[in-house]
Amino acid sequence: MEALLLVLAIPLIGGLLLAIWGDREVGQDLNAAVSFLTLAAAVWLTAMVIRDGPLLVWGEWFFVDALNVFLVTLTAFVGFTTSLFSRPYMRVERDHGKMTPGRMRLYHSMYQLFNCMMLMALTTNNLGILWVAMEAATLTTVLLVSVYRTAASLEAAWKYFILCGVGIAQALFGTILLYLAAERAIGGGEDALLWTHLANAKHLLAPDILSLAFVFLLLGYGTKVGLVPVHNWLPDAHAEGPTPISAVLSGLLLNVALYAVLRCKVLADGALQNGLPGKIMIGFGLITVVAAAFFLSRQRDVKRMFAYSSIEHMGLMTFAFGMGGPVANFAGLLHMTVHALIKSAIFFAVGHAAQKAGSQAMEDIRGLIKVSPTVGWGLMLGSLAILGMPPFGVFASEFLILTTAMREYPWATPFLLIALGVAFAAIFSRVQPMVFGETSVRALAHPPALLPVFIHLGLGLMLGLYIPPYLNDWYEQAARMIGGG
Amino acid sequence: MIPLSGFVSQLLEIILALAFAPLLTGWVNQCRAWLQNRSAPGLLQPYRALHKLFNKESVVAESASPIFRIAPYIVFGCMALVCAIAPTLSTDLPLAPAADTIALVGLFALARVFISLAAMDIGTSFGTLGARREMLIGFLAEPALLMVLFSASLITQSTSLANIVETLAHQPFAIYPSLAVAGVAFTFVALAENARVPVDNPATHLELTMIHEALILEYSGRHLALIEWAAALKLFAYSCIGLALFFPWGIAGAGTPLAMIVAIPVLLAKLAIGGVLLALIETINAKMRLFRVPEFLATAFLLAVIALLVHVLLGA
Amino acid sequence: MFFWEPEVNTLLTQSINLFATGLLVLAFAMIAQRRILTLIHLFTLQGASLVAATLVVAYLTDQHHLYYSAAITFVLKVVLIPILLHRLIDRLNVRWDVETLFNIPTTMLIGIVLVIFAFNLATPIAGLSASIARGTLGIALASVLLSFLMMIVRAKAVPQVIGFLSMENGLFFAATAATSGMPMLVELGIAFDVLVGILILGVFMFQIREQFDSLDIRHLEKLKEE
Repeated sequence: MEALLLVLAIPLIGGLLLAIWGDREVGQDLNAAVSFLTLAAAVWLTAMVIRDGPLLVWGEWFFVDALNVFLVTLTAFVGFTTSLFSRPYMRVERDHGKMTPGRMRLYHSMYQLFNCMMLMALTTNNLGILWVAMEAATLTTVLLVSVYRTAASLEAAWKYFILCGVGIAQALFGTILLYLAAERAIGGGEDALLWTHLANAKHLLAPDILSLAFVFLLLGYGTKVGLVPVHNWLPDAHAEGPTPISAVLSGLLLNVALYAVLRCKVLADGALQNGLPGKIMIGFGLITVVAAAFFLSRQRDVKRMFAYSSIEHMGLMTFAFGMGGPVANFAGLLHMTVHALIKSAIFFAVGHAAQKAGSQAMEDIRGLIKVSPTVGWGLMLGSLAILGMPPFGVFASEFLILTTAMREYPWATPFLLIALGVAFAAIFSRVQPMVFGETSVRALAHPPALLPVFIHLGLGLMLGLYIPPYLNDWYEQAARMIGGG
Repeated sequence: MIPLSGFVSQLLEIILALAFAPLLTGWVNQCRAWLQNRSAPGLLQPYRALHKLFNKESVVAESASPIFRIAPYIVFGCMALVCAIAPTLSTDLPLAPAADTIALVGLFALARVFISLAAMDIGTSFGTLGARREMLIGFLAEPALLMVLFSASLITQSTSLANIVETLAHQPFAIYPSLAVAGVAFTFVALAENARVPVDNPATHLELTMIHEALILEYSGRHLALIEWAAALKLFAYSCIGLALFFPWGIAGAGTPLAMIVAIPVLLAKLAIGGVLLALIETINAKMRLFRVPEFLATAFLLAVIALLVHVLLGA
Repeated sequence: MFFWEPEVNTLLTQSINLFATGLLVLAFAMIAQRRILTLIHLFTLQGASLVAATLVVAYLTDQHHLYYSAAITFVLKVVLIPILLHRLIDRLNVRWDVETLFNIPTTMLIGIVLVIFAFNLATPIAGLSASIARGTLGIALASVLLSFLMMIVRAKAVPQVIGFLSMENGLFFAATAATSGMPMLVELGIAFDVLVGILILGVFMFQIREQFDSLDIRHLEKLKEE
């Protein structure tokens, strides 16, 4: 209970403090320190949950179970490593004159509030608060995407705000419908939107309402997940914002949105009993994977390309959760974890590479291996990992997803394989010259923070070879809870 | 065999319409003058104008065909029939089965077709121009009018105007959102159809903008008198239909001849208020460009469709 | 208890339908409205009809939290946001801006199709609702979709934002009409998000204008797929 309070309070207080001191030299260290404390609190929370089981506190309004505890840890962890990465990165941006002290303050403060909102969205038991937190998480990042005030970044942020605003409004409509169903099944009032209550009474929820509610919720939160055709904001926001923000958007926000979809799916599955939510998710997931792979192959901007790669992977996860069942859910959860780790690692490496080259266009980035071997290797290994090369964790999860698809939905497998193949060819053929090509660029003034890259890649590698037993337990518990199939 | 009370109410209605229609026009002009700080021409001016025109010789162009001559009579006949069908005083009308709401719109259309044919008949450019504009307005206004009447029909499960009003007038008071929206649409249509200000200005002969006046430029003498009288009847009919649909209180039902005695002053009071409102609308709005008229009428149509949809959804 | 009370209650229930219809008609009017100033007036009016509907529902169902909800809506949608919008258009100097809109009739036809779609979608659900104003769920959904349409067809920043806010109006109305109001804390949270959102958008519009010397969002179409 205290641990949960700390998990939520530390980033909140940190955000407020950084709103005062974020522009000073100490701001960057303070930012990292706050993130570290959040991580420590999250680890403590995790330990508590391992020891005592699921946590249901504060009038049942907050709730930590197998599904969200590992996401909390993951969020706090990536939040921390990204704050480490952002120190030298943002210092360079400041030296280049792209960040003024005022913008630094905004950046640091909003970074912490964004973390706080994501953690709140993850731990709340109330689907209304979940919506509020998701919207707040969008709002905190809108101004970060446009922080450089360039024409392109303004456009990206405007699109981000409007599209996500529209999307999240659909989710609100879905939430209202859910409340309508809850009112009939378990009576109205303050507790009617509590997920645990709804999950206990899910077979009582009116199927007519729930099917419509789920469509709206999927479309709404799916906008944030980046599902095609409501993905348009995602590549722009990733490409035009500061790289640390791209890393947390890809690594964390998309996960949190997908988590919201999963919570809703459990309810809709229970009410409908016909697997319709899963089928809708399979459809969206498949379209997303295929479309993203082809968009991806046409990109010139390195951050846009990896943003599309994120869309592709989110599609794959949506597909996996859509299939449902213990194996596919397990694979989806594993994929969520490794994708978050590896994609943020890639963005770290890409950020340094783009800073060195002074451009995000891929033809301008060359010969990283000579300029900075660590960045080069980081990008190369990260790309290989995200493309699903063994022994990285992505291979394991994609392998599980594909084999399940072959068994359950054989018609979908060729599409998935083609999409993965296209993505592989596109990314590999572009990353290879970026890493090994000829160059004349000199090294950077500030040493890049590459520890986070290799920690992430190391964890991704580990998850491919060996999953710790407690993590395995969680995945299995969560997979059972998501159900379906 | 028509029962006597029905016969009486029918006769009374026709007489009332024929007699009071010019008065309504005069009243609206009077109010307009007051609101615009002008000195009014007097309430009875339309009667004087009609009297003058009837006493004048009617000049007809050499190239005029019989259509030109019979058009005023047909137009006048149509409007008189509309006034007879519209339940102004009572819903107990023997003539009511002659035409339901759809045929009513048809009657308006018939009058429009003939006056447009007559305008084109002479072959002057103004006549043709006016006819084109009149047809444009008609073609946009009629669907809207039909939709408005359909909303009322849906509520009352009948297309006969008398039945609709009978049902609406003699039920407990209820708020019909669909009728509220349809009422706004009806007002739009009525303004356009009667050549009132946002669409046309009855008091001007400016060739760039005129619609109704361009149609009747070639008429004179008793022909013109009939057409002017018909225009007054049209305004009267539209006002009465609007009042009957949206403010149906005070209209006598079947078999209550005594209620007719109350109905006459109630109708006159409602018309007086309606006339003030019309004058007000005409004063506070500027005439819109002709190209905006389709948009204006499309809005009316849209509102009428919304009314229908709302009725289907809410059942009210 | 007065003898006429039942009748008054019926009339009040019907008046909810009237306000709902007003909401829908205003949503249409906003799509077609060219003047920014009038657009803000229409938005305020929409907020007012939302407040009125909420108050009537609150009175009829005797739910106190709906009065608070109405109060929040009033402060936010009828007072605060319109004031902010007025100040915004003054400071941006776009008070008398008139937008050229093409193809209003086509947009309206699409709007009507959306309304029919929304009504169809909502009808089976409305029957399941226990709320007194259940028929209005379709209208709420239709208003949401219409605001969505408005955001798509508008090329200027301020109308787009008003479309966004009007969408929130539709959602609030759905919450009041279909259910009898969401839990208070959730509603507070939503209101807070909306307020923060409009503030951020205000900041944003200044940034856009600084960058492009115009609030035309067509400038914001450089980022395209290659």
